[in-house]
This record gives sequence, structure tokens and C-alpha cells, in this order.
Amino acid sequence: MIRRLGLALVCAVTVGFLSGPLVALLLRVPLADLARRLADPIVVNALRLSLISTVVSLLLMMAFGTPLAYALARRRFPGKWLVEGLVELPIILPPAVAGVALLFTFGRRGLLGPALAAVGVDIAFSFAAVVLAQTFVAAPFYIKAARISFADVPEELLQAAATEGAGDGQVFRHILAPLALPGLLGGAVLGWARALGEFGATILFAGNFPGRTQTMPLAIYLALETDLDTTLVLAAILVSTSFVFLLAFKLLTGRTVDAGMA
Amino acid sequence: TPPAQFNFAGSQALLAQLKQGASADLFITADAPTMDAARTAGLVLSPQVLARNSLVVVLPSSNPGGVRTLADLARPGLKIVLAAPAVPVGSYTLQVLDKLAADAAYGPGFKAGVLANVVSQEENVRRVLTKVQLGEADAGIVYRTDARAPTAAGGTQTITILDIPPAANVTAVYYIAVLKGAVALQAASAFQTYALGPDGQAALGRFGFLPAGPTPTP
Repeated sequence: MIRRLGLALVCAVTVGFLSGPLVALLLRVPLADLARRLADPIVVNALRLSLISTVVSLLLMMAFGTPLAYALARRRFPGKWLVEGLVELPIILPPAVAGVALLFTFGRRGLLGPALAAVGVDIAFSFAAVVLAQTFVAAPFYIKAARISFADVPEELLQAAATEGAGDGQVFRHILAPLALPGLLGGAVLGWARALGEFGATILFAGNFPGRTQTMPLAIYLALETDLDTTLVLAAILVSTSFVFLLAFKLLTGRTVDAGMA
Repeated sequence: TPPAQFNFAGSQALLAQLKQGASADLFITADAPTMDAARTAGLVLSPQVLARNSLVVVLPSSNPGGVRTLADLARPGLKIVLAAPAVPVGSYTLQVLDKLAADAAYGPGFKAGVLANVVSQEENVRRVLTKVQLGEADAGIVYRTDARAPTAAGGTQTITILDIPPAANVTAVYYIAVLKGAVALQAASAFQTYALGPDGQAALGRFGFLPAGPTPTP
């Protein structure tokens, strides 16, 4: 009885802490001119940019991250421990540092700068830079979740299929992928959410330009320079939009987004 | 007396913090509107002019954009980084561009030309300087004092200064005020007196600031 109570108490405190600040924020949103601000081109641009860039980033991190996650989960190769560590590094990197690092890599004077310039590609301060920044910081989250999902599929199932004569491709398509899918989707949500909230690397690498690189987090931060009300409205819009997308995602896929939970 | 503690940020960010109840004794802003807003919000007692500053164009010393004169700034394809309009120096920059556009030597299309080259609007003037120092931008506009100060990226790349003619330049005015909720009221007032006095003004001058004095020299 005490144990149940204790558990409930800890849960209540945790949920309270995690959702409290959000409630405090939403309580202060000036509802009066919400409609007017929603039509503000700054808001419309930032929202559009955020949504498009994060979807592109998500597609990129899934396209490039899934094979890697698969290899890390089900293959053995020399130096695997090193690859795992490298792939997780962006997570611990402060976003601003990530931004500078990206600049030193893809910027005009970066490692790849001259090579890119030779083929006429200029990345810094562009939409591509926004996507690169988001993908860099968010991909490790997806890869980590995807790796766990692939690794969780019981080896016996795959071996059973192999003994029945299924080739590698068939095993992947008919057994491994479907079973790992809930976890992959959960990882996709994590990756997308991280990309959506990305600020430090974006403002340093992609810069801040309304309509081109000013995503919602950047618009919110800049709004702090103008007035708090605009900031609150933008924050509320970002939160509710994300919430709607998450809800729609859950309904569409009809699954829970927890990796590994059936 | 305990040593002074400083909290540095853009004027607007500091004002937002003060409005939300952050406690402090002395407030210094980079422009009049922010100090006016502080006064309207009932936060400060009698603001005074602390110092003045003017703007300069900064270029990476390797000058990747080949900028030789101010007029070059409107050349298509150049990458210019400015402070966001909501930041004091960003708004001063727009005023300078207006003045230059009104000058026959530059023409009415000058401002539009320059703005078309802007690739990023930074929320912090130091970041403008950093991007120029890193060579990622061809030019930026910052305070004269920023152009002369030692900076974080200084080791990687130095900058050259392109002056803005005094007639087109804007004098940024810095204000200082003791806060109404000041705990260390005496210390704050004493600091303000020192800053406005000959020693304080001389110290500011060493960093490139112009004196508060009655007649602003650009």
C-alpha cells in the first residue's frame, strides 16, 4: 500500500516538474491577439521553415541512419565500439559548439569549403545549412533508438526464417523491419522533436534570416529582443503545433511510440 | 566593498530580465528606447548619458569580398552580416544605410542593395564580428569599440576597418541609471558618479568610446 503510494507520489512529482513549466508558459499567453499574430509573416515563415526543414532532416536521418543502426545492431566488424561512440558524440556536444564545428567543416573557410566552392556549392547561411545542423544534432537520437529496436528482435525468429529458406532481404522485409518498426517510429519522433527544437547550431551555422533560415526557435529567441508577448505566442504556437503533429502521428500509425513496448 | 558583478547581454534581453523581476543595482543600455522603456516601466531613477559610440564596417583581413569602398557593399553576391533590427546596433545600422542612400554619391538603391546582401541578422553584435573574423561573411557593421576589442576568434582571423563618413554615421548613445529596487544603492550611485567623472570617461575612451559630453563627435 505504502509502496503504491510512494510510486504514485514520485510519478506525480516527475510529471509535475516536466509539465509544470509548460502550463506556466501557456497560462501567460495573451489570447487576445493570438489570431492577429498567427497571420504575421514572421510567424508563418518561421513555422513553414521549421516544418519543412525538420521533415527533410528526418528523412535524411532515417535514410542514412537506418542502415547504420542495422549494421551496429546485427553485424560485427572491427572498430564497432569506436563507431558507436562517434555516432553518439553529437549528443553531448553543446549545440553552439556543434554550430561552430559545422562552420569549420562546411563553411567557406572550412575543411570542405574550397572543395564545395569548386563545384559552386555554398552552404553556410542557407536552408541546406539549417537541415545539416538539425540532422547533425538529431540523427544520433534516431540511430540510437533504431539500433536498440533492431537489436531487440529475437535472434531465434530470424534464424528460424533463415532455416525456412528466407534470404537476407526477405528476412529484413518480412520479419526484422516489421518487428522493429514501432521502435524505429519512436526514434523518428525523438529525432524530429530534437530537430524542431534545434537552436544553437542553427543560428551559428545557418545564421538568422526571416524566410530563409529563421526557424521557430530562432524567431522565438529574436522575439525576446522585441517583446515578451510575441515570444509567448510563438512559443505557444510551436508547442501546440508539435503536439498536434505528435497526436496525428499516433493516430495514423495506431502504435505507441515507445521503443520496444508492445 | 564586494566586487561588482556584471551581467552582460543585449539591452533588450536585460530589460526583459528586469521586467520579470531580476534584481540588480545599475542598468546600462546601448540606446535611448530601451532606457525609456525601463523608465516607463518604473524600473529606473534618472538615467544619464554614459558614453557614445559610432559604427564601422568590418571586413575579414583577407577581404574575400574585395570590398574597397562603402559603395561595394551593395554589389550583388556579397555576403553581409548585420545585427537584427530589434538589437540597438541593428537599428543604428539601418539609420546609417538610410543616410547613405540619401547621399547622391550612393543613391537611393544603395540601402536595398546592401539589405539584399544580408545573409544573417544576428541577435548579438559580437556574433556579427565573429562571423566576419571567421571569414564566413564578406562584411559586417559593428560598433567601433567592437572592432578594436580583443575577441574570442581573434587568433583565427583578424579584421580590417572601413570607416563610415561622419555625415552618414550614427552616434549611439549609452545610458546609465540606478535601479529603483537597488539593494546596493550607495555603491551603485558611487559607481555611476565615477563612470560619469573624468577617470571613468578616460577609461571608456581607452576602449574607443566617445565621451558622454554635451557635443557628440562622430
